[in-house]
Amino acid sequence: MNPAANQAGNPPEALYAESFTIRGNDYEHGGDASARIKAIMKELGIPADVIRRLSIANFEAEMNVIMYAEEGRLEFQVFPDSVRVVFADRGQGIPDIQQAMVEGFSTATPAMRERGFGAGLGLPNIKRNTDLFEIESTPGVGTTLRYAVFLNDRGGVAGD
Amino acid sequence: MNLGELIQLLDCEVVWADDLIDEVHVESCFAADLMSDVLAFSEPGALLITGLASVQSIHAADVADLKGIVYVASKRPAEQVLELARRRGIPLLSTRMGMFEVCAVLREAGLKPGAKP
Repeated sequence: MNPAANQAGNPPEALYAESFTIRGNDYEHGGDASARIKAIMKELGIPADVIRRLSIANFEAEMNVIMYAEEGRLEFQVFPDSVRVVFADRGQGIPDIQQAMVEGFSTATPAMRERGFGAGLGLPNIKRNTDLFEIESTPGVGTTLRYAVFLNDRGGVAGD
Repeated sequence: MNLGELIQLLDCEVVWADDLIDEVHVESCFAADLMSDVLAFSEPGALLITGLASVQSIHAADVADLKGIVYVASKRPAEQVLELARRRGIPLLSTRMGMFEVCAVLREAGLKPGAKP
């Protein structure tokens, strides 16, 4: 419960945790996990601004899995000081992360664009809406995103 | 402006609004077919004007805290999309007008841009 626990290497216990599986190419349900998490955050009384930022990040990440990966696992955790998400997928991965982080860079197909995505805004948009953002990817294996939004003022969490 | 006034101005068909026609008031609008633009640049509380009637238009409006959707050029969402909007409480309207005309009419009527600077 104490943010200082991060520095000691013992992460604080999550107040709430839930996992979701997202299937690649499942456009019909693209957004369901983000919507469920949004409802959970509302029930937990998380501030509206935090909910909006995290929901936008979650929806972008969820659509990325649907568009580019075979399957993804979303781990959602609420801590006293932050809401954290780890999004790990099995799929084609990203050969050049630096390039993928540039707004407007996209490898989307016409089918993705028809659904209103694939403009090269996804990853930059996740970063813009979160206080912590990390990405690792291995081409041909998959991509892992870790992001968080703080519940107190920025910089108020020890160890970050 | 409430949705009832907006429906008159744009000569909208009400796809789903239930009792929200008088309840929902809008002061700003965001127009885009690209949901990534909606997620990146819209401001909470705006009305979404779009030609994209997929399930993702509802999710985008929901996560971005937008108050409702006007589909342009007579676009109309499929039944499952409508059902999702109903569950989320997001009113859906459809107009024959194109995007440019809808924006011009609503701007003239005093609505403001609902985009981040």
